[in-house]
Amino acid sequence: MATQHSRSAARLMMAPAVILLLGWMLVPLTMTLFFSFKKYLPMRGGDLGWVGFDNYIRFVTSSAFWPSVTATLVIVLGVLFITVVFGVLLAILLDQPMWGQGIVRILVIAPFFVMPTVSALVWKNMFMDPVNGLFAHLWQAFGLTPVEWLSQASLGSIVMIVSWQWLPFATLILLTAIQSLDSEQLEAAEMDGAPALSRFGFITLPHLSRAITIVVLIQTIFLLSIFAEIFVTTQGSFGTRTLTYLIYQRVLESQNIGLGSAGGIYAVILANIMAVFLMRIVGKNLDA
Amino acid sequence: MARSVTTQRKIINTAAAWGIGFLIFFPILWTILTSFKTEATAIADPPVFLAFDWTLENYEVVLERSNYARFLWNSVFIAGGSTLLGLIIAIPAAWSMAFVPSRRTKDILLWMLSTKMLPAVGVLYPIYLIFIKMGLLDSRIGLTVVLMLINLPIIVWMLYTYFREIPGEILEASRMDGATLKDEILYVLTPMAVPGIASTLLLNFILAWNEAFWTLNLTAAKAAPLTAFIASYSSPEGLFYAKLSAASTMAIAPILILGWFSQKQLVRGLTFGAVK
Repeated sequence: MATQHSRSAARLMMAPAVILLLGWMLVPLTMTLFFSFKKYLPMRGGDLGWVGFDNYIRFVTSSAFWPSVTATLVIVLGVLFITVVFGVLLAILLDQPMWGQGIVRILVIAPFFVMPTVSALVWKNMFMDPVNGLFAHLWQAFGLTPVEWLSQASLGSIVMIVSWQWLPFATLILLTAIQSLDSEQLEAAEMDGAPALSRFGFITLPHLSRAITIVVLIQTIFLLSIFAEIFVTTQGSFGTRTLTYLIYQRVLESQNIGLGSAGGIYAVILANIMAVFLMRIVGKNLDA
Repeated sequence: MARSVTTQRKIINTAAAWGIGFLIFFPILWTILTSFKTEATAIADPPVFLAFDWTLENYEVVLERSNYARFLWNSVFIAGGSTLLGLIIAIPAAWSMAFVPSRRTKDILLWMLSTKMLPAVGVLYPIYLIFIKMGLLDSRIGLTVVLMLINLPIIVWMLYTYFREIPGEILEASRMDGATLKDEILYVLTPMAVPGIASTLLLNFILAWNEAFWTLNLTAAKAAPLTAFIASYSSPEGLFYAKLSAASTMAIAPILILGWFSQKQLVRGLTFGAVK
């Protein structure tokens, strides 16, 4: 039914969005690529010429690189593990018949709407502070020595804060997926005498696999670039310097643009690998 | 056939769910409670939960001292402006992709999504440089445009999934009845599209309000929104728990309320229609 006329009109209507996003993607990325092959120190001499792949090599051979990869992996995998496991359990619980389900849902979802700087600061000061934090009071009540969370267990603390922010997202998506499960199938299995654990393992979990994959991919993309949580808590000290934070420090704090840009290109490549998987799933859904 | 549920089981479910819900919500509740305490009560050991002298003093101090209104206005301007701007650009695009799809529509949609996955830190310096050169650093306009661009793919996607649910037969029927293109858009399509547009607006307002990479790195004193205002409490000033709580409560309250209305759209918007 689309005529030649309406097709060119459609193209015209798409043009602003496509051109803007193309510019937003290409211009800065080209600049980053350009800087990554230069020795460029705006505060100390400016543009000092081309250096080939020097920055790329120096970025991965610097002593800060591997710790930052470890920190990134611990945070991403830790948060994914916690949010998916507890998300599944919580989604199953919320799917059960109960009183006040709507209110519980609201309570569970709330942390997702708290801005990252607020949640990081509230956790840092009011819960994890070794003198006045609630955890310190709690520990003392049991006669234990309060833990200096953000220095002694820094990575774990960050994982905890970020998991709190993302658990609602995982729960909400998994709950939506669970609700589309045909309950007759579960009933039939129950009547045939399948115990609860096998009903979960053979019916619920396979049904959720797609939703879990989506949660993992989307969260990974966001988690790879968490920033504010580290910025307001540890500033990257005590082993919490992630890849994102390392690049940020190279670029804005030490103003070594070439080195930071090379790191940026690594981050782009990493994110794209994740993106390819996500695209496949989303793209498949588009055909259906 | 509904499964018969014993009352006992329902009670256990209810208790467990409410307990966990309370635990998850507790940090927010605690922040709100603390905002009504004096600084001394806020750090009292053992902690005081409800039996304290409620005071509005912290709110008064925060409002007086920190020019809170300006940060709030910056947040509203940046989040609202970027969402509206995004909608103006995305509505025609999503519209044409949903109603006049071509062979390339799917590729364009996926490509748009892929721009969303570009890690911000990878383009931090170029954007910073462009902002300095154009005099946009610490300006609301610059930040509005950046936030519009990072959320544009989500806006297009959400609108697209909503528009696609509008049945094409209705258009044909209205054409048979002699409706012109203008009638078609104004009286047939628009009313059906409004709910989708409203949910898109809501979710993207929330996302822009909470954005905390560009808002922290591209603003200083003038254009800083609430995210940056709160981050300024990470200095020793943050030791004033009651005031930090009051400032935090004011920063998150509007979004909590909006967010609770947008639960359903959240799933759809953030999974790009892959989970409904």
